[in-house]
Amino acid sequence: MERTLPDGRLALYRHPLWLRCTHWLNALCLLVLLLSGLQILNAHPALYWGEVSRFDHPWLAIYWHRTAGVPVGWTLPDWPDLGAGRRWHFFFAWLFAMNGLLYLTVCIVTGRLRNTLLPDMEQLRNLGKTVLHHLRLQFPKGEAAREYNVLQKLTYLFVVLVLLPLMLLTGITMSPGMDARLHLLTDLFGGRQSARTVHFLAACSLVLFVAIHLAAVLAAGPITEIRSMLTGWFIIERHRK
Amino acid sequence: MTRKTYNRRTWIERALAASGALSLSGCERIEQSENVNATLSHAEKWTRFIQRLLLGRQTLAREYPESAISKDFRANGTTDPATDEYRRLAGGNFLDWRLAVGGLVERPLELSLADLRQMPKRTQITRHDCVEGWSGIAKWRGTPLSAVLDRAELKASARYIALFCADTLELTLDGTGQYYETIDLIDARHPQTLLAYEMNDRPLTIPHGAPLRLRVERQLGYKMAKYVMRIEAIADFSAIGRGKGGYWADRGYQWYAGI
Repeated sequence: MERTLPDGRLALYRHPLWLRCTHWLNALCLLVLLLSGLQILNAHPALYWGEVSRFDHPWLAIYWHRTAGVPVGWTLPDWPDLGAGRRWHFFFAWLFAMNGLLYLTVCIVTGRLRNTLLPDMEQLRNLGKTVLHHLRLQFPKGEAAREYNVLQKLTYLFVVLVLLPLMLLTGITMSPGMDARLHLLTDLFGGRQSARTVHFLAACSLVLFVAIHLAAVLAAGPITEIRSMLTGWFIIERHRK
Repeated sequence: MTRKTYNRRTWIERALAASGALSLSGCERIEQSENVNATLSHAEKWTRFIQRLLLGRQTLAREYPESAISKDFRANGTTDPATDEYRRLAGGNFLDWRLAVGGLVERPLELSLADLRQMPKRTQITRHDCVEGWSGIAKWRGTPLSAVLDRAELKASARYIALFCADTLELTLDGTGQYYETIDLIDARHPQTLLAYEMNDRPLTIPHGAPLRLRVERQLGYKMAKYVMRIEAIADFSAIGRGKGGYWADRGYQWYAGI
């Protein structure tokens, strides 16, 4: 769906309602999960590889200015309360899982995954060139901005098919109840403490993704970009001939 | 005179509360709201429902080989109840200790450690997951709780098993700081649910809950009450402690600790 605006610019209906809703709900979930996750991490701010914790040999012990754990101001709630942190975390984990399931289902059924997120061969061949353009903060304009560029496509695919499912799976693996049923998952991650460490690393990767995502929104034109995720309409400038 | 002081105090308290409310940020108001917390707590029911559905009554927690046993298994919560009565029992090697089994049962029991050792036993090497995030593996030997319940004969009205402990983890005026835990009959009758008296082939040490601790292998460590003194079959737990079904549940933790 597209239309030409009175001033000659082109408006594309890029994000359908279901996508906008799942996007913003996901953003809220990730924020709450991150902050409450830090609250939970602070209860034992050390990470291990394997099935169990070898307290003398943590893989990573987290300190902030010589105090174990992250500053309490970063956590939800913003005072030490593991029980409250877990209430927030698991409520929003359920929302996140249901929302993600809905997103992936609609994305696959409507063909959106294939049509808008899978890069074609030509795009893949131009991957190097696209990376260079991005590093110089040159973003596609005009007709070239009609669809996602190859970096966007690969990043979004990695996030929705790898990182976000990884968060859910490593989270479930840590559950002593689910572990009784899903030994295989625990083995896949190399043990419960490994799953906890992967959970942490995947969360760090998501923070990095969101930082780049937001920076790209700012660089590419925050008004156009945010408007498109609120109203669905993405407006592109046309080159005057 | 008393009334006047009382009034003045309420006035000061109200003023403090009001200024506190004004200074609270929006976030804190949300974080502390009872409605918000009640909503968040719904997730526990969803988790319990789905785990009960997936796990059923019999699915066992993973058991490990001897080689997997942790050398640095941590003791959390109380590491010594330190009451006069507990000291006396510990000093006598718990020979005078008796487990009282009562509540909604046909035959109340008093069991010594020797009695428990003569009953059916089970040995299992399992992973203990603390709510804080760490894990350790240990070997546990004890009496399946179901064997004790069968001997006491549960009445039909029994829904939960409450375990009362020797330790007081928080000093409170109303006595609600004493450790207790409740589990439903699905967990109570699970084959791996033990009243454990041995850890790694030795009698339980005091930090790990001597003389008897609960093992509920499909849940987190805080469900596994240490220093168990008394067991009661009950119909509901609203009248115990602060009514949420456990020392930690009373303090905002999930009653169902499967995740």
